[in-house]
Amino acid sequence: MPQESLIDIYIMGKKYAVPESLTIMRAMEFAGYQLKRGCGCRTGICGACATVYRIAGDHEFKVGLACQIRVESGMHLAQIPFYPPLKGIYNIDNLPPSASSIKAYYPEIYRCIGCNSCTKVCPQNINVKQYIAYARKGDIAGCAFESFDCIMCGLCAYRCPAQIAQYNVGILARRLFGKYLLPRDLQLQQRVDEIQGGKYETELQRLMKLDIQELNNHYYSRDIEA
Amino acid sequence: MYTSQMKELIKKVEETRPMRLGVDFPRITTEEGQDLLKKFHPDFIEEGFRELQVGVNKGDRVPRELADLLEARSMIEHIELDLSEIVCDVDVLIIGGGGAGAAAALMAQEQGADVALVTKLRFGDANTMMAQGGIQAADKTNDSPAIHYLDVMGGGHFANIPELVYALVNDAPKIIKWLEDIGIMFDKEEDGTMITFHGGGTSRRRMHSARDYTGVEIMRTLRDETINKGIKILEYCPAVELLLDEEGKAAGAILYNLETEEYLVARAKTVILSTGGSGRLHFQGFPTTNHYGATADGLVMGYRAGARMAFMDAIQYHPTGVAYPSEILGMLVTEKFRGLGAKLVNINGKQFVYHLETRDLQSAAIIRECSERKLGIATPTGTVGIWLDSPLIDLIHGEGTIEKRFPAIIRQFKRFGLDIRREPILIYPTLHYQNGGLLLDDNGRTNIENLYVAGENSGGVHGRNRLMGNSLLDILVFGCRTGSHAAQKCQEVKLKKLTLNHVHNYHCQLENNGIDTGGRISPLLLPNYTHREVPEMQTFCGSSKDFGQNGMYLA
Repeated sequence: MPQESLIDIYIMGKKYAVPESLTIMRAMEFAGYQLKRGCGCRTGICGACATVYRIAGDHEFKVGLACQIRVESGMHLAQIPFYPPLKGIYNIDNLPPSASSIKAYYPEIYRCIGCNSCTKVCPQNINVKQYIAYARKGDIAGCAFESFDCIMCGLCAYRCPAQIAQYNVGILARRLFGKYLLPRDLQLQQRVDEIQGGKYETELQRLMKLDIQELNNHYYSRDIEA
Repeated sequence: MYTSQMKELIKKVEETRPMRLGVDFPRITTEEGQDLLKKFHPDFIEEGFRELQVGVNKGDRVPRELADLLEARSMIEHIELDLSEIVCDVDVLIIGGGGAGAAAALMAQEQGADVALVTKLRFGDANTMMAQGGIQAADKTNDSPAIHYLDVMGGGHFANIPELVYALVNDAPKIIKWLEDIGIMFDKEEDGTMITFHGGGTSRRRMHSARDYTGVEIMRTLRDETINKGIKILEYCPAVELLLDEEGKAAGAILYNLETEEYLVARAKTVILSTGGSGRLHFQGFPTTNHYGATADGLVMGYRAGARMAFMDAIQYHPTGVAYPSEILGMLVTEKFRGLGAKLVNINGKQFVYHLETRDLQSAAIIRECSERKLGIATPTGTVGIWLDSPLIDLIHGEGTIEKRFPAIIRQFKRFGLDIRREPILIYPTLHYQNGGLLLDDNGRTNIENLYVAGENSGGVHGRNRLMGNSLLDILVFGCRTGSHAAQKCQEVKLKKLTLNHVHNYHCQLENNGIDTGGRISPLLLPNYTHREVPEMQTFCGSSKDFGQNGMYLA
């Protein structure tokens, strides 16, 4: 492999030369950081590594997932400090799927000024402003579907001038939708009852007693659903 | 973006695509399968393993990287600790904040126990979050727990412990029902009927999913529920050693505050280890799908305390890890692609293995195609891979299916300029799962009294090879069983004096066996990726010799 060209980046104000092919996360490790915070799945799905950066000479703060963004020359990097949003403590079993339920725990959604900062920062390209609008209207299904791809990285809350923790609103809506508005699978309930009634017990006990050769014969002759 | 050479090769895949439609490649027979595994599966590469020289599994073969951590000295060997200064005093101590730990916490509290959950990183930072594809349960009319049982046993090469498989398949529908109750947004038909798919080795379509966010959806919801229930949660505070009482029963743990670097004493009547897997040990230099925290901490702590392991020589390589682009090397491409009909093809656009074989056979077949047969596709970064013909899915199920079923993965590739709806994905096997772990019984008990285990750090359920969709199921079935049982057991536990004698004894065993621990200390807690040299890409084609000298397993 040819030697890769190095670029200068700044981490917490200090300069480091790192290969230009690295992501922010890998560049920090290359620079010598053993990450404790801000590192999780390393594939952009867990939301642990939300980060803020700026390119030299530019005033704009940019944000994103450290494991998904390549370093650029002159990048100034920091790690976002631990971010402690308010999470409503509710009993999902006694909460109707309505606007009032969300309002009870997150009244600040009515302070949204529509600036769209949340949508602009979302690394998942979710229309965050829209799902908060759905929540205000009591459109639980709309809020649940629009927010479904949320990985709860917290960048929306980090940038929100109305100090809404959007991602906590999203999960409340999704749980209300999943529990109360998505129709139940009746066959599933029936199967649970059948198992409780012991319907499959004899067959299972018989299989458990078979030796490997007999099991092997059963296994290789079983029919496979198309 | 694929290079122009790769784009040229993709034309062959497109040419042959119509011929794959509705035509199934022949399945591998038992004999062929055994031969294929012996020749090409990494579990059969002898230099990847060594025998343990101390402990209850002395003489057993485990991956070298794990043996090094088991035959190492304790982090707290030279730390002054006053075990009577108890900072956390609870009924049930749960170590590990993934899906198994969360399920155990909820069930233990439901039984009336006072519960604390301690975790190394954030609560929910776990492999659970990264499970894309789905969760199995035999709830359809053409299916049954008995059919599920047979699939699990066959997948595990009949080495699985029958009682554990019985628990897994019998509890499965109940677990799905529980997930409905706490508000999981499963993929359903309009009338509520679950939409289910095949996975490798399933004989019925019993894979339930929430798009390709199944693990995310389950983990974020369990986390929300655990917080709602007021369960004590300590983040960035891993356990580094178990505490036993004077009778050798589990009685707590030494915790380590990652921020202040202080050690804390936690006492409990029962202890549950749910620390997850070991992919970040990069066995044989493989890249991994695993979470940053998957460093086998639970195995290390449990083994030092005398808990027995099982099947730790059976490692799962997921057949379809990303081989290109390098930024996401090793990342999981869910088996659901094959469940929906995507097939694996070589450089000539030819299929070479039935697309729904179990993961071990599938991985071995890919390694054979790339090594012995030299029909892999080379990438500009020196790796090699096989095409996963993803566009076939829309051809089978209709335009828009991929978009609907795989929003997360489409986005993960789009960041690097690849459109998996139109172009195939270049894949190669990636280190995915430890099939074994600390041996448990059907209530999650280990051989050490009052020590329980649940989730990926346990072993026995899956035998030598786990099927897709049985891991999310496993962590919930055994998380729940273990949590309940550990809470009930508390009522009869009498608190006694805490000791760390087992750690001292383990050190003596190391010395008595003349083992040079070479300065190694465990548990590892965090992988070390702080290598300054310019990383080189490994050529991971089924031989261990070129692998991973310099930390280039990253994704």
